[in-house]
Amino acid sequence: MAQPNKPLEKIDDYRWRMPKSYKTGMRVPGIIYTDEDMLKQLMKEQALEQVANVAFLPGIVDYSLAMPDIHWGYGFPIGGVAATRVDDGVVSPGGVGFDINCGVRLLRTNLTGEEVYPRIKELIDSLYNNVPSGVGSKGNIRLRGAEINEVMVKGSRWAVEHGYGRPEDLDTTEERGEMPRADPARVSSRARERGTPQLGTLGSGNHFLEVALVDHIYEPDIAGVMGINQIGQVMLYIHCGSRGLGHQVADDYIKEMVRAMTKYDISLPDRQLACSPVKSPEGQAYLAAMRCAANYAWANRQCITHWVRQSFCQILGKSEKEAGLELIYDVTHNIAKIEEHKVHGKQQRLCVHRKGATRAFPAGHPDVPAKYAKIGQPVLIPGDMGRVSYVLVGTEQAMEETFGSTCHGAGRVQSRTAAKKHLNGRAVLESLQSRGITVRAGSLPGLAEEASEAYKDVTSVVEVAHRAGISKIVARTRPIGVIKG
Amino acid sequence: MTRKRFQLIEHTADVGLVAYGETLAKAFANAAYGLFSIIAELKTVKETETRQLELSEEDPEALLFEWLNSLIYLFDVEMILFKRFEITDFDGCRLRAVCYGEKYDPSRHQLKTGVKAATYHMLKVDGEKNQVQVIFDI
Repeated sequence: MAQPNKPLEKIDDYRWRMPKSYKTGMRVPGIIYTDEDMLKQLMKEQALEQVANVAFLPGIVDYSLAMPDIHWGYGFPIGGVAATRVDDGVVSPGGVGFDINCGVRLLRTNLTGEEVYPRIKELIDSLYNNVPSGVGSKGNIRLRGAEINEVMVKGSRWAVEHGYGRPEDLDTTEERGEMPRADPARVSSRARERGTPQLGTLGSGNHFLEVALVDHIYEPDIAGVMGINQIGQVMLYIHCGSRGLGHQVADDYIKEMVRAMTKYDISLPDRQLACSPVKSPEGQAYLAAMRCAANYAWANRQCITHWVRQSFCQILGKSEKEAGLELIYDVTHNIAKIEEHKVHGKQQRLCVHRKGATRAFPAGHPDVPAKYAKIGQPVLIPGDMGRVSYVLVGTEQAMEETFGSTCHGAGRVQSRTAAKKHLNGRAVLESLQSRGITVRAGSLPGLAEEASEAYKDVTSVVEVAHRAGISKIVARTRPIGVIKG
Repeated sequence: MTRKRFQLIEHTADVGLVAYGETLAKAFANAAYGLFSIIAELKTVKETETRQLELSEEDPEALLFEWLNSLIYLFDVEMILFKRFEITDFDGCRLRAVCYGEKYDPSRHQLKTGVKAATYHMLKVDGEKNQVQVIFDI
């Protein structure tokens, strides 16, 4: 279990260093971005041990990193970032997780709270009916034959070509919603079978749709570039991933890599970290399949975006142009990517694993959309369903310290079983309603698991990211309506 | 009184369980029962569907991982809620099972929590105590 007596070295108020001596076998030290209070919580669980375990990965460079929302995951901690050398390092499917390209997108609108409040119940009902959600939900899109292959290769572009959304949505999606070198031949028939009926569904767990109002703008100039212009402006978040297709790809390749560990003479403290050299046939096959699942997830969020726009226009009696509903940005927070970063002053090709971590590239980076070239890449950090969420931007310091990464959410403090023991779904629902938040949820016990009390306060999390300089707070939003899968 | 079939274990982000049995095969069956108890309320589930599984892996840990993930796959594609598992052949690395349950019917069944996968994190198979442990990704 957790080993609270092992020393972490405090670097400053927001950074702790985990020396290699923390656990025998670590190839590099760890760095944890957190504050005194959250660190106390971390000591109670196994997240720190997981930071140490990730440092065992062959070819890992610099540090095993933990973002401020770090909490106990499986294999990698959630909030874990690790970069490995492409030339002689490994790729670990466990460093991406089962929900490949779980991510968030944010739409802005020209609408104000005053216009939407009176219709919020109808709007939430319409969204709930338009966007299939819940355990095992199936979608309304009928993919024929090998069409799923096209979805896995083209991602968001497939959706736009089929009438789901606007061509300009692609400009503000990470990777334009279409990772190159995705090879459907690397995806099992089981994964296709799971993915085919589930395209265009939210799923369950912590996935959600949220209607929110802007309630604080910290950086008006930067916010203005994103189209975040005024307090009370209505926003919409979509949080979901690659559904059964991604889960099956992860499952298939973790199994394959467990078997390959002997062949590559790799030994790790947790089988969930199973990995293969990036350049090996297993590593290349995983990355090609992972990209398929990532593209599927982008197509998924893109289809949902289309239905969200329909619901807004229908309920509020506005045209899409009047309503706005432009995509500010779409980020993935479970992914492995081949990127160039400076290590000890030298440019290197790395495989950056982000497990519950968001890319946070600075202004001027070639991968940041032209629209945001001067402000940096938008970073979307949803909080729990009862509290606030944040919009940030990436920074140069993130490039220098964290391979251009930051946190992804609030991070849990309470287990799902404990949350259900202490809270019941009905009470959580009523408490949200009393705070002016309209909720529709597929399952009441599921709602209790996701209650605010089960999460860290996202404000403390983003403050650490901001003060440590790995991203910059731009605006804050507050929910008025939530759909939980 | 019969011994508890499984017990949930606390995990911050996800849910885990320890399953027991008079034999290791029974512990595997109880882990599967525990999995479906997380997914749905099983009291109202009837035994109208059966599916057979035959699995072969390199070691007991890989077998447990494959067993639970195969059931998650079956639920995902067929929406069958399983509630009883007869493991007929079992040698630690191979198993043959008949699984009984019913197709999900929203008018009679209550789904609770979606389970994405069984993970290898903290996964344990104890052949002496006939006990297994697994953490699920929720």
